[in-house]
Amino acid sequence: MTDIFAKYAGLKAAAAGLTAHSPRNPFGVVIDHPVSATIGVIEGRETLLFGTNNYLGLSQSKAAAEAAIETVRREGVGTTGSRIANGTFALHRALETRLAEIFRRRHCMIFSTGYQANLGAISALAGKDDVLLLDADSHASIYDASRLGYAQVIRFRHNDPADLDRRLARLKDHQGAKLVVVEGIYSMTGNVAPMREFAEVKKKHGAYLLADEAHSFGVLGEHGRGVAERDGCEDDVDFVVGTFSKSLGTVGGYCVSNLDGLELIRLCSRPYMFTASLPPEIIAATLAALDEMQARPELRKQLQANAGQLNRGLHKLGLKTSAHVSPVVAVTLETVDQALAFWNRLLELGVYVNLSLPPATPDQHPLLRCSVMAVHTPEEIDRALQVFGQVKAEILG
Amino acid sequence: MTDTVESISSMIVEKLLANPKVPRDIDGNSKIVEDLAFDSLAVMNFVMEIEDELDVSVPLDKLADIRTINDLATCLAALKSGAH
Repeated sequence: MTDIFAKYAGLKAAAAGLTAHSPRNPFGVVIDHPVSATIGVIEGRETLLFGTNNYLGLSQSKAAAEAAIETVRREGVGTTGSRIANGTFALHRALETRLAEIFRRRHCMIFSTGYQANLGAISALAGKDDVLLLDADSHASIYDASRLGYAQVIRFRHNDPADLDRRLARLKDHQGAKLVVVEGIYSMTGNVAPMREFAEVKKKHGAYLLADEAHSFGVLGEHGRGVAERDGCEDDVDFVVGTFSKSLGTVGGYCVSNLDGLELIRLCSRPYMFTASLPPEIIAATLAALDEMQARPELRKQLQANAGQLNRGLHKLGLKTSAHVSPVVAVTLETVDQALAFWNRLLELGVYVNLSLPPATPDQHPLLRCSVMAVHTPEEIDRALQVFGQVKAEILG
Repeated sequence: MTDTVESISSMIVEKLLANPKVPRDIDGNSKIVEDLAFDSLAVMNFVMEIEDELDVSVPLDKLADIRTINDLATCLAALKSGAH
């Protein structure tokens, strides 16, 4: 009998090599429980959380928790069905209406996760006779969507509208629809897309533009609608995909558009149709989180201030960070051994960040992915920077 | 100038050799993943450099069938001549 796991021999060796040089499995961290949005108990110690996607701190929103509790008592814990069968409650429709209003679009579909939102929207929009043009640093959900949808897939250089322009020009005789996919803020590096330039290129070539604002919703733009709002080009972005599991603190995803065809996607998008819909308490908590996000614009201002403090602080320590100031700050290191030692020491000193290793990183270098929240205090950020400084001296000299 | 499989293959080898980490003894029959120790991301990024050189775009599904440098050159020559 052929060993079904034989193909993972390389992965097994790589994982064993990692844990051999690390006192703990970097991909098996357990947060025993959160104490607050910014502090969790890890290995029995209160640890500052600088590696989440909880940009506004709303995972710990009291109002969202109360809404969930009240709803779960009234409606139960789950729907047990697909959106196209028994899985659409009035709450699902209410959340779709609410998101459409927030984005000032006619249509909204919600999905059970952000991953499925990309998978479901992109795979259904770009079919076998179409061309999908992806930023080279796209999230796995976007690449996976491209495999589910059978479209021809072409990568363009990361955040490079001129490269997209060249590639669309080469497709001038192609008869299929062209869908360009970019992200607002890139999750690993914190890089921000030049959305207006991308929008100009897509208009020039008659393509569609889909922006994944997963990490920028609630973060950028006067009303928190993301990079397209900040850059004043929302009308030229045909589809916006996003998630509830970042700034809104819950789980789920959405796609909004002014194009009426989006409603047809409900009847052909497999990741939308063939999975259970979101539980009602999650919908209620998400609606409450949206209320809070809109009622407290000061959270976005504080988030930007905190992002500046963390970014400048890491830069001042002589660490290599992106030029973009966003709530995600990636520290690039040279070797995996360095990154592993750095990451372990940070955790031992009470600071949790994400460790990201090649090939999951854009340029073959390991990253320490740090993210900041609106609810981090300046003292907490200073403490994290102090620990970073200490560990840098210990590990890098 | 017409881009032949041979000329494209030579150009690819030349570009690869500019990277000091690539073994010195590669030729058109070298396997990109096994002999050059490229992971999937490195292959995609390297192909981007070649695309610029030849002014073509290689759809990702085409990469799945490519094992050797000559396979890549054959694919690029076909794209260049508009056969795909």
